[in-house]
Amino acid sequence: MTGKPPKILIYGYGNPGRQDDGLGIGLVEEIDRWRTETGLDHVFTDSNYQLNLEDAAGIAGYDVVIFADASREEIRDFCFDPLIPSDKTEFSMHAVSPAFILHLTRFVFHQEPEAYLMHIRGYAWEFMEDMTDLAKTNLAGAVEYIKDFVKQLSS
Amino acid sequence: MGQKITIEPVTRVEGHGKVTIHLDNEGKVEQTRLHIVEFRGFERFVQGRPYWEMPVLVQRLCGICPVSHHLAAAKALDVIVGAGTGEGLTPTGEKMRRLMHYGQIFQSHSLHFFHLASPDLLFGIDADPLKRNIINVAIQHRDLAVQGVMMRKYGQEVIKATAGKKIHGTGAIAGGINKHLTEEEREYLLHGDEYMDIDKMISWSQDALEFFKDYHKKNKALIDGFAEFPGSHLSLVRKDGALDLYHGVLRAVDAEGKKILHDVDYQDYYKYIDEEVRSWSYMKFPYLKEIGKASGWYTVGPLARMNTAEFIDTPLAQKEFEYFKQYNEGKPSHKPMHAHWARLIEILHAAEKIKQLLNDPDLMEGELVTKGTKQFEGVGLIEAPRGTLFHHYKIGENDMITMANLIVSTTNNNQPMNEAVNQVAVKVMTGRKEITEGMMNAVEVAIRAYDPCLSCATHALGKMPLEFEVYDRYNNLIERKFRH
Repeated sequence: MTGKPPKILIYGYGNPGRQDDGLGIGLVEEIDRWRTETGLDHVFTDSNYQLNLEDAAGIAGYDVVIFADASREEIRDFCFDPLIPSDKTEFSMHAVSPAFILHLTRFVFHQEPEAYLMHIRGYAWEFMEDMTDLAKTNLAGAVEYIKDFVKQLSS
Repeated sequence: MGQKITIEPVTRVEGHGKVTIHLDNEGKVEQTRLHIVEFRGFERFVQGRPYWEMPVLVQRLCGICPVSHHLAAAKALDVIVGAGTGEGLTPTGEKMRRLMHYGQIFQSHSLHFFHLASPDLLFGIDADPLKRNIINVAIQHRDLAVQGVMMRKYGQEVIKATAGKKIHGTGAIAGGINKHLTEEEREYLLHGDEYMDIDKMISWSQDALEFFKDYHKKNKALIDGFAEFPGSHLSLVRKDGALDLYHGVLRAVDAEGKKILHDVDYQDYYKYIDEEVRSWSYMKFPYLKEIGKASGWYTVGPLARMNTAEFIDTPLAQKEFEYFKQYNEGKPSHKPMHAHWARLIEILHAAEKIKQLLNDPDLMEGELVTKGTKQFEGVGLIEAPRGTLFHHYKIGENDMITMANLIVSTTNNNQPMNEAVNQVAVKVMTGRKEITEGMMNAVEVAIRAYDPCLSCATHALGKMPLEFEVYDRYNNLIERKFRH
């Protein structure tokens, strides 16, 4: 390894009280266990119900940020894409998109962390704690993908 | 030819909303309705669950104000575990909860003002929606944007320190709280770093108020003349009439400020308030029983609280309150845009309260929980950011929930929001042949003044287009517009 590894934040969001909407949080829990076991002190995690303005401050100090969320799109299991800043507001009063957060970080804090979005396919959204079995399978795949990605960034 | 215009969903309102405006043959607004697709069934869902789960379970209702539900449920359970109806908690229990609540008010109101209201005010409600957002505030007024972001963050840190964590916090429990504030947490919130500084939060709260008052002076027609309509107002107030966002008695005043609900114990709320079901909306319409369905509706929220309270017990907010009352000649304000003003006064009040509490040694030591003789029914009310929030539970011999009734702030404001939308529609849409962006924006601004929350925490990745539909009198679609 040459030089200092990048400071990486993995940020999951969603409502774990609504079945598969907890996929983003689930990914963070798994990564949190892994980073603790492996002593990766340049990897950090955070989670919340949804993204909001203050997250622009939260991500400003990192080199790499990976957002993780549940997806209702008909993807196969999960998708991992680079995130492009966007000034487009969602039609939502109290939550904003990761692309918007990235854009806000640029204009308010003059920082531009490298950012990615991991979206994991979910199937059910009722008021229950447990995720569906299919979602758990997708989560397991996404966790392994993120581990490999973090290892690559750190090497 | 009569027309029906549909605006769906309303921008920046959580969940789904739809506005239908019916025009008559002459193009005059005949009827306006705000339809809200509210989640149904949560009250049924909690039946059969152990009562002590409620403060955590109810946070699933809403990813926007989970702390309000957390505290309202805990207050109802205080009654059930015999810890009294609001005055029975230990000093530590009550003060920690209050700190959590003021953190919630501070962050929620800050979000609303900086993210939603300030773009409307700075760029005008007729501006392109793509330009009316905090990014443009950041470009043109960076200091204001930084303040908005960091005030939100400060409030969230207060919540984290008191509730234990950001998601499904566990701080408030039946009969009290489950933790003290640590010295480290206290110092962090008092003077942690450049931004985690309570004095800075108070100063910025004052700046935001000055910004608004300055804007008000230059834009009286918008702030004072936008969608004004008379009505009643309801909130908790402290027994001596002070603004109290955490606990008190229920008071309602009419359009002239005369008390119509006389500081009653909220454990008996169902004797005074009922909810009407209307066929065209999932959301109920609460009203004061004594006055009746037709005119017994009331407004809740920051503006209602300014109208019901007699004073504020923190000096800086009290000064602003006095100015607000003086401006309104001692009468209730019925101007929806004054809700932004009221919200800013409450931000300042919350910041002052947070500072008081952080300097109170009771937060760091003392008994956490009170218990007494078990009861089988309890009601918990709190002044959530958007208004009075009701939680009512009954339990059986086996400690399982047998009945739950929740009246959320947005439901309380259902009729006032409909009235506001109608006022705007009559003004901006009557006699017009085309529906412009400005017209639609005006309707949305009226709704936004109430900061409605429709608790839709399942957020899809994807877009929610703004849809406009125009129907003729026979409900034939003649025009449809989308705004992405």
